[in-house]
Amino acid sequence: MKKQLYERPLIQRINTGLMNKFGTKTEYAPTSHIDGFAVKDLIKEFGSPVFVLSEQTIRNTYREAVRAFKTRYPRVQFAWSYKTNYINAVCNIFHQEGSWAEVVSGFEYQKAINNGVPGHNIIFNGPDKTDEDLRAAITNNSPIHIDHLDELYRLTELAEEMNKRPNVAIRVNMDTGIYPMWDRFGFNYENGQAWDAINKIMLGERLELIGVHCHIGTFMLSPQAYATAAFKLSDLALGIKKKYNKTLQYIDMGGGFASKNTLKGSYLPGTDTVPTIDQFAEAITTAILNAGFIEKDLPLLILETGRALIDEAGYLLGSVIANKRLSDGRRASIMDFGVNILFTAFWYDHKISPAQEFSSYTEDTVMYGPLCMNIDVVRSNVTLPPLKKDDHVVVHTVGAYNMTQWMQFIAMRPSVVLLGIDGKAHLIRSKEGLENIEMNEVMPEFLKNHQLSVANAK
Amino acid sequence: MKILKNIALSDTGFVFNPSTGDSFSVNPIGLSILKDFKDGKSEADIKKRLLSEYQTDRETIEKDLYDFMKMIEQLHLTEYHEQA
Amino acid sequence: MNKRKLTIAVTGLNNIDSPGPGIPVIRALKDSTKFDVRIIGLSYDALEPGIYMHDLVDKTYQIPLPSAGQQSLLTRLTYIHNTEKIDVIIPNFDAELYNFIKLQDTLKEMGIHSFLPTLNQFEERQKWSLPEFGSKYGIEVPKSKMIHSIAEVHTLAYEFGYPLVVKGKFYDASVAYSPDQAMGYFNKINSKWGLPIIIQQYTQGTEVNLTGIGDGKGNLIGAVPMRKTYITDKGKAWAGVALEDPKLMDIAKQLVKGNKWRGGFELEMIRTTKNEYYLIEINPRFPAWVYLAVGSGQNHPEALVQMALGENVAPFESYASGKMFVRYSYDQIVDLKEFETISTMGEL
Repeated sequence: MKKQLYERPLIQRINTGLMNKFGTKTEYAPTSHIDGFAVKDLIKEFGSPVFVLSEQTIRNTYREAVRAFKTRYPRVQFAWSYKTNYINAVCNIFHQEGSWAEVVSGFEYQKAINNGVPGHNIIFNGPDKTDEDLRAAITNNSPIHIDHLDELYRLTELAEEMNKRPNVAIRVNMDTGIYPMWDRFGFNYENGQAWDAINKIMLGERLELIGVHCHIGTFMLSPQAYATAAFKLSDLALGIKKKYNKTLQYIDMGGGFASKNTLKGSYLPGTDTVPTIDQFAEAITTAILNAGFIEKDLPLLILETGRALIDEAGYLLGSVIANKRLSDGRRASIMDFGVNILFTAFWYDHKISPAQEFSSYTEDTVMYGPLCMNIDVVRSNVTLPPLKKDDHVVVHTVGAYNMTQWMQFIAMRPSVVLLGIDGKAHLIRSKEGLENIEMNEVMPEFLKNHQLSVANAK
Repeated sequence: MKILKNIALSDTGFVFNPSTGDSFSVNPIGLSILKDFKDGKSEADIKKRLLSEYQTDRETIEKDLYDFMKMIEQLHLTEYHEQA
Repeated sequence: MNKRKLTIAVTGLNNIDSPGPGIPVIRALKDSTKFDVRIIGLSYDALEPGIYMHDLVDKTYQIPLPSAGQQSLLTRLTYIHNTEKIDVIIPNFDAELYNFIKLQDTLKEMGIHSFLPTLNQFEERQKWSLPEFGSKYGIEVPKSKMIHSIAEVHTLAYEFGYPLVVKGKFYDASVAYSPDQAMGYFNKINSKWGLPIIIQQYTQGTEVNLTGIGDGKGNLIGAVPMRKTYITDKGKAWAGVALEDPKLMDIAKQLVKGNKWRGGFELEMIRTTKNEYYLIEINPRFPAWVYLAVGSGQNHPEALVQMALGENVAPFESYASGKMFVRYSYDQIVDLKEFETISTMGEL
């Protein structure tokens, strides 16, 4: 007689008032393949855990976003937000698609230069730009987005010193009806700070004002807030035209569009509630088109969308290290990945699917990472079929921020693999080893030896 | 391990404890184990049966049966509380 | 006259002490002179009393909670539809409406009709946008604002005066008579429902409600106002009486004309001693007391089914005021076998 497929014996209390299992199968339907690549083959080749990015999804998502804006507005330019994912291979996919670079530090700026992005296509944002950074940006004609008055004055000094005319825009913060209001970056619209800064630039005559910029928040779920922001930036641009007869080159709406992740505490899943890129595009372009520009003065619309362009292309593949039963009877699975590499687990309930077929029996499980820290929780409650040690899982929608905010803590950072449209799996960042971590360490002479090592040598 | 005598086991995987009014659901393999215990089979008998019927190994059965028995105990489905 | 046979799926079978509208809607449909209905109950919990009311509900299926998402719901409904051939579906919970509204076109292609508000109608009457809603449709709304920080409580005395109402985003409301009390409620509600907290002007008066139905073209097809004559300790209606209230009827007409409301709804209003009306809340579905409308001569659920099927319905001309409803609870005797079946098989 052929033996039956084994499944761990399960018993659970029938709880009323909790999620019933009927019809919820999609939540834990297995993901055995990504873009035609078997999860188990990828883990075999590149180890577990491993980050996987789909080139096809990146390009499709990007083209979809471009289409959404270009069909509504004549002049649109995307600038890839480096901080979202600055693995060079990823950046270059976006540059191949025609995207500029948007950077927020000297390190990111250098990365964009090394990736071959022309200086005038690198937008330099952020509150922390050193003199060295500013000099490089001035020399390369990069648009510098001024965050505060100290920077404005310093830029003016550098312009004189270098006898150059830097291209600048100002970062504007404003009330768009959403909370929290990001008023720590840039100059405020409502209280007139933004106009003061504009007047200083225009009357100072050392800086070339080419645009206005805002970035109203992150993981925004309201297209209306963008309409408000676009209207206020347009109002500034039109005011500059009126007062100084100067036509600005661009309006930069920043980023912040939500991806299809589910924020912790939200009742409905993100896949159902997050606005589409078309809704954001409609809100922004309508506001600018209706603001009162004459056609030849319509500014270039720049978008620094990061998360919404890359999140869904990213997956984290991992494995079960162990299962255990907690004191209150709940099941817990310990995974080989935790918040050290899946930083976004702090604010999303990531969708996690098993990578192999299961029956329809499930158990509520707490999913822990491997760190010896209590905060290392990947999902505090997830309904999954009974996973065995060494079974694989797929964490969905992890492409944004994880590969830049991950930390080397206790464990090493894993490999990143790009599933190419050429049908091949390309290693684009190999997993770290001891040598990467110790590379920058320096051992003073007097600490090189100790008794234990001497005893060991004998 | 002694399962409470009056526990009702249904083929649908529905388990009812008439003394407490609690109800539970089990998967087919879990149901077969509960039935075995109810019929007075020993832990060793059950392990042997599972090993012969399922595609798995002794170590897995050992681990999972231990976990399952702990759960049964925790859910107050046993005659008396056996402390391990 | 031969009554038309229809299969209608209904949610909200939780006919408990604070009941869902499902069972009253089903009773209304069973009373229909036009249709001979077979009722498919859709339940979230194995203990919803309607599951076991076999004279009203012919068959029940468990469906996934709204938080499982549209895809799960659609998969489940497709399965049910393959067996039952549903003609019309009537969702009765606020929390599930978003999913049903989003799915309504897909369901229609499958042959399942519904008659729901548009997403825009559904969204713009959310509690936190009530002030804009009121000014857009010319209805008085108690002054309110959202606050995000306890520091803002101190500014409220000037704007609202005391007492004022402190409300959660979804549920909970308490009347505060001093800033200290307001801060207390702020913290309590914040810990439970999160920010923002809604501060509302306190309006003194009698609560009057209205159950109505709009045809989606600006016509109020039916409406019956009601005042609760006795409430339970949970603030739910125990008994109520149908009112003659032309002013409230005018408000309902004006509202439906303005926003072209589609489907059933309930207005919760405060009538002050000066006979001013303030809108407290608008529910995007029939209330649990909708059967009072049937008892007063207007079968709103039947009209909703007709409109869902694309038929024109003439507005109801009148209703009998002075009809009352008096709720009662009833202990059904259920065999464990039935509970087992719905729990393990998901259908009964």
